[in-house]
Amino acid sequence: MISFGMTEEQELIRDAMREFAADAIRPLGRECDETSSIPDDLLQTLWDLGLTSTQIPTEYGGGGEARAAVTNAIVLEELAYGDAALAVAALVPSQFANAILDHGTDDQKQRFLPMFCGPSFHTASLAIVEPGPLGEPLRPRTVAEPKDGGFVISGSKSCVIFGHTASHFLVFARNDDHVDAFIVGRDAAGLTISEPELNMGMKGLTTVSLELERVPVSSADQLGGVDGADLVEIVNNSRVAQTAVLLGLSRAVLDYCVPYSKDRIAFDEPIAKKQSIAFRLAEMHIECEAMRNLVWQAASFLENGRDATKQSRFARTYVNEKAMWIADNGIQVLGGHGFIREHPVEMWFRHARTLSVLEGAAAV
Amino acid sequence: MIDFTLTENDEAAFDYERAAALICRKHARYYDENEHELAPEKLPESDEFYATHPKPPKPGPHDTSQACRLPRTAMIRYWGDYTVRLNRDRGGLGNAALGAAGTPEQKQKWGHLCLSMAITEPGCGSDPSRVATTAVLDESTNEWVLNGEKIFVTTGLRADAVVLWATLDKSAGRAGIKSFLVEKGTPGFDVPHKEKKLGIRADDTAAYVFSDCRIPRENLLGGDESISKENSGGFRGVMKTFNMTRPLTAAMGLGLAEAALDFTRDQLVEAGVPIDYMAGLSRQSAAAEKFIRLEALWDASMLTTLQACWLAGEGKPNNMESSVSKAHAGGAVRTITQGCIEILGAMGISRDHLLEKWTRDCRITDIYEGTGEIQRLIIARGLLDYTRNDLK
Repeated sequence: MISFGMTEEQELIRDAMREFAADAIRPLGRECDETSSIPDDLLQTLWDLGLTSTQIPTEYGGGGEARAAVTNAIVLEELAYGDAALAVAALVPSQFANAILDHGTDDQKQRFLPMFCGPSFHTASLAIVEPGPLGEPLRPRTVAEPKDGGFVISGSKSCVIFGHTASHFLVFARNDDHVDAFIVGRDAAGLTISEPELNMGMKGLTTVSLELERVPVSSADQLGGVDGADLVEIVNNSRVAQTAVLLGLSRAVLDYCVPYSKDRIAFDEPIAKKQSIAFRLAEMHIECEAMRNLVWQAASFLENGRDATKQSRFARTYVNEKAMWIADNGIQVLGGHGFIREHPVEMWFRHARTLSVLEGAAAV
Repeated sequence: MIDFTLTENDEAAFDYERAAALICRKHARYYDENEHELAPEKLPESDEFYATHPKPPKPGPHDTSQACRLPRTAMIRYWGDYTVRLNRDRGGLGNAALGAAGTPEQKQKWGHLCLSMAITEPGCGSDPSRVATTAVLDESTNEWVLNGEKIFVTTGLRADAVVLWATLDKSAGRAGIKSFLVEKGTPGFDVPHKEKKLGIRADDTAAYVFSDCRIPRENLLGGDESISKENSGGFRGVMKTFNMTRPLTAAMGLGLAEAALDFTRDQLVEAGVPIDYMAGLSRQSAAAEKFIRLEALWDASMLTTLQACWLAGEGKPNNMESSVSKAHAGGAVRTITQGCIEILGAMGISRDHLLEKWTRDCRITDIYEGTGEIQRLIIARGLLDYTRNDLK
């Protein structure tokens, strides 16, 4: 049945997240960006929301609630309305945990899921992005070769979020004629973790690169076991999460521009009374509505276990372009002030450009 | 619950519409090339179709709501053709206005007629306060005397009567405008021509002229001319009908754009161009990449249109959403159809195919029922909490 109605529970969660984003996230976004770090107590506050653990089954120590991609997309939109980098920070652990939950063997679930159900912040990261141009998550140059009943992995990864503290990495690597994912501990032999990378936006999120030089991985750490896992689903899931974040960011831009353009006087009237500005704001709103529907559609496909490749691609293609357009025009509406770091729109512009080219940053 | 799954019943309803639409499509080119002929009220294939295709069941409690099915159904019908139908409905836009603003007696008297609605004039379109057609009361005979010219009147030829917007007092702007019911055949009411258009050529669009046309005093819609139009339930009633007609207008254009995408996809597949939804920029042909972007744009617009109607069906306000869907689709269908021609190259402009027709047909989507600019005005006023006077 086609329906656009949130459940009562979803409305409650949305309202709670909206309040949390306004109180606990928006005021801290700028400082995290300027200092390129997220304070530990803030990470712990995000962890205490329980976003990762609640959807892990009780047998592994979680909350036992059903995996709910649509609800998670609603949560991400609201958190990202506060700050996109901090919204992603809240969901980084879910990337790894959900991959294990959805695709791991029983043994992998037992070994890894309890890590995400403890009282204090814990993360493990996806290693999907590679250095160099034209990267694609399912066309890695990183290679896994069979050896002694297991594998050795060689290659490079970049933009690994929270790689400086992650206990494990889920590394995508080519295995003969297909791609598999492998769980690599941070202390694995042959693995070098770089100093934090320097990026354009989402600076609060510390990212690192990995050098893998014949890193040995046992067959027990191949995601999903000998049959491998549906990595397409992991990529789709991550794409939907990122579009939900970009949607929240876009709404933040619009809502910042509305009061500004009503206050800013030029040629004897608020600039909001000029169609060139007013229509731009209208278009931002139109696109936010359209984006949300694509995000919800893709999330709903994921939630129902349907192949969401096409819908995720639609969401990604559309949202990446429109969110960038909105962030770009947010600066334009503020004019010179949009270029000054006193206002958040320049930061949101950098966030939008950064997040829309990343893969594997968050999960729903 | 947020969901995008079609039930078996939904699919059956849409399959039924698709089968009918494909029959209509066979006649699409003919009535485009022969615009002086009106497409028939009933196609020759009609009886056989209804005899061999049992009507699908109405939606149950677990199916997509009727209000939300409506735009998808419209898309499929227009995917077949803009104008041609197996069996044509008799109603026009004026019927909605009568339903919203007429007195019970008026509805009783004229409800069975096909009513067109005449607002636009050569000198006034988006701004109806500039309506120049006049209505003057002749107290000696208790008649209204109408003078003026109307254009772009949908179902203008077929209609039995028109709901006509005319002003009692030009200096009063919108407040002076009233609507009147004028039956065809009334002396002084002429239908000089069918409009010659870029697209939707088969569609019945006419010009009307009123020269000292006299109608009974009781033909004023709503009955009482002392009520200022702006403050009457009547005007709001008419405006409220836009909250459903705007997304439906969006849906009509989206049906044409969907036809363009389906045709283009088939041609790409036949030409051996794979469309890979997982491939990045460097692994996809520019044609396929562009096609995916157009598909995404269509999907965004389709969902937004469904949402506006879904809200109406739930009894929730959808004023902003109906304008959003209309504005979005108006732009989207232009980009999509023009883009499909760009992808296919010269074959896209050949009248051997319907793509060029769909491109011409859907161009009206961003113009009628409130231009894209008018929708943006409405949306911006909503966002900024501005009145009509704050933001013009």
